[in-house]
Amino acid sequence: MRDEPCDGRIVIVGASLAGLRAAEQLRKEGFSGSLTLIGDEPQPPYDRPPLSKQVLLGMVSAGQTGLPQRGDLDAQWRLGVRAVGVDPIEKRVLLADGAEVPFDRLLIATGTRARPWPNPAEAALDGVFTLRTSDEARRLAERLDAGPRRVLVIGAGFTGSEIASACRERGLAVTVAERGPAPLVGALGGTLGALAAKLQRAHGVDLRCGVTVTALEGNGRLTGAQFSDGTRIDADVAVVALGAVRNTEWLAESGLAAGPRGVTCDAGCRAFNMYGIVTDDVFAAGDVARFPHPLFEYQLLSLEHWGNAVAQAEVAAHNMVNPGPRRIPHLSVPAFWSSQFGLNIKSVGVPTFSDQVVIAQGSLKDARLVAVYGYRGRVTAAVSVNQAKSLEYYERLIETAAPFPPAPGAADRIESPAPVPSDVPDPKMLSHGPTVALTGHLPDRRLTVVHPAH
Amino acid sequence: MNVVVDLNRCQGYAQCAFLAPEVFMLHGEESLLYHPVVPDGQLERVRRAAAACPVQAILVGEEAGAGAR
Ligand SMILES: Cc1cc2nc3c(=O)[nH]c(=O)nc-3n(C[C@H](O)[C@H](O)[C@H](O)COP(=O)(O)OP(=O)(O)OC[C@H]3O[C@@H](n4cnc5c(N)ncnc54)[C@H](O)[C@@H]3O)c2cc1C
Ligand code: SF4
Repeated sequence: MRDEPCDGRIVIVGASLAGLRAAEQLRKEGFSGSLTLIGDEPQPPYDRPPLSKQVLLGMVSAGQTGLPQRGDLDAQWRLGVRAVGVDPIEKRVLLADGAEVPFDRLLIATGTRARPWPNPAEAALDGVFTLRTSDEARRLAERLDAGPRRVLVIGAGFTGSEIASACRERGLAVTVAERGPAPLVGALGGTLGALAAKLQRAHGVDLRCGVTVTALEGNGRLTGAQFSDGTRIDADVAVVALGAVRNTEWLAESGLAAGPRGVTCDAGCRAFNMYGIVTDDVFAAGDVARFPHPLFEYQLLSLEHWGNAVAQAEVAAHNMVNPGPRRIPHLSVPAFWSSQFGLNIKSVGVPTFSDQVVIAQGSLKDARLVAVYGYRGRVTAAVSVNQAKSLEYYERLIETAAPFPPAPGAADRIESPAPVPSDVPDPKMLSHGPTVALTGHLPDRRLTVVHPAH
Repeated sequence: MNVVVDLNRCQGYAQCAFLAPEVFMLHGEESLLYHPVVPDGQLERVRRAAAACPVQAILVGEEAGAGAR
C-alpha cells in the first residue's frame, strides 16, 4: 500500500462540495482504488450558496441546486447515513446503521450545521427556521410563499443579510436583530458595516442593532419576539442566522484534533491527532478544517467559504495519492462573495486580520468601492462592493505582503485616503492558547497520554 | 445536466447571460444569478456560454451522484 498511493481504499465522510471535489480530483490524479462517499443527507451533493439567493427569491426550487460532476467517479455512495465514529487502529468508519467501512486513507469533509436557537422549546415553535440544508431552504421558501406578515431575521451576518434581502425583494416586512453595532461588522468591520446598515434601512428593513432577541413567543406557532431593549414585535416567521457549528462530534473518540473549532490539519490537509502529531492517513478539507495560513502569520484559520472548500479539497486529494516530496500546500488566498440588496460584495484575504481600513477606490456614498484592509503596515484583505474587477490587483498585493496603505491606484479618485481603524474583533483573537490551537479542543480538557487498547 | 458558477472567479462580463439568458442573468449591476438545472433545449447554449466565459468560471456536468438516489 505505502508504495501504491493510487491504490487501496479511500473513504470520504461528508458528501457535499468538498467531498465531491476531492472525489473528482482523486480520480483525475489516477486513483484507481475503491472510493466511498458517506453523507448523512439523503440527496447527492448540492450547492448551498443559491439556498439564500436563488431559492429564497423563488427562482429555483430547493431540490434544484444539485452540483455537476466532472467525469465518472466510479464511487460507492452511502447517502442518508451518518458516520458516528472512527476506529483509528482498525481503520474503519462506523456508521449509524451499524455498518463499518474500512479505509486506507480517510478524508473528513463534514462541514458545519446551522447553530440552533438556544432555547429548544422556542426553537420548536412552528415558524422558527435555520438555513443550511436544502431541506431547510425548502421549508423556509414555502413559508415565504405563503406570505407571512413579518419575518424576523436573528443575526445580520452574510446569511442573515441575504435572507433579509430576499424577503424585501418579495415585498415582505422584515425585522433584523443584530447584537453588534451594524450588519456584517464581525466579518468586514465598522466602515462597511455602517454602509450595510444604511442600505438595509434604505430597502425598508426594520434594522435593530445593539439588541438581542431574548425570547421567541408563541403557543405552538410563533407569534412574536422580545428584545433586550424591552421592545417586542409581532412576527410569524423567524430565521435564526447565528452562524454555524462544526460537525466534529462524531470524531470525539477518534483521537484526532477535532473539537468545536474544527479538525486541525497541517498545510497539506493532514489531520493532527489530539497530541499534535500529524497523521498520514487522515485528511480534512472544507468548512470543518482548521489550517495554518502563512499569509496570516500561520494562525489556524477555519474558513466557511465555497472557494476554500474547493481549493482545500483539491489539495487534500492530491496529497492523498502522492508521496511526501510531491505533496502541495493549501496556500490560496481566501476569497468569498455575497449578493444582497442589489449589491455584489466580494472579498479577498482575511478582513478580520486587520487593524486599519482605507477606501482605496470609489466611495461609500455611491455604494461602489474597494475597501483595503491592513495589519501592522501590510495589506491583508480587500473587499469590493459592485467593483469586483479591481480585486485581482489587490489579491496580488496581499500575496506579496505589499505595504499598507497601498499607493493610490490610477483607476479612481479616492474619497478618503486616510486609513481608519478597521473595528474588527482583535486579530489576535483569531487564534487562542496553544492547547486549543493545536488540538482543536477547548481548554477544559486536560491532556494526558492514553494508550489505545488493541 | 447541471451547472455551477465559481462566483469568486466570475467578473460579471455577462457573456453567459447574453448567450443563454434563460439560465444566466445579472441581478443588479454585477451579481450573477443562474439556474443550476439546465432546462431541456438550453444545453447547447449553456455549453457555448461555458466555453465563452473569459475566466472559465462555469462548470457543466451530469448531476453528481445521480445514480445514488
Ligand atoms: C445559505 C448559505 C449561503 C452561502 N453563501 C455563500 C456565498 O455566497 N459565498 C461563499 O463563499 N460561501 C457561501 N456559503 C458557504 C459554502 O456553502 C460552504 O463553505 C460550503 O458548503 C462548504 O462545503 P463543505 O463540503 O466543506 O461542507 P458542507 O457543505 O457543510 O457539507 C458537509 C456535509 O457533510 C454532512 N455530514 C456532516 N456530518 C456527517 C456525518 N457524521 N456523517 C455523514 N455526513 C455528515 C453534512 O450533512 C453535509 O452534507 C453559503 C452557505 C450557506 C449555508
Ligand atoms: S461569462 Fe463568466 S465572467 Fe461573465 S458573467 Fe458569465 S460566468 Fe461571469
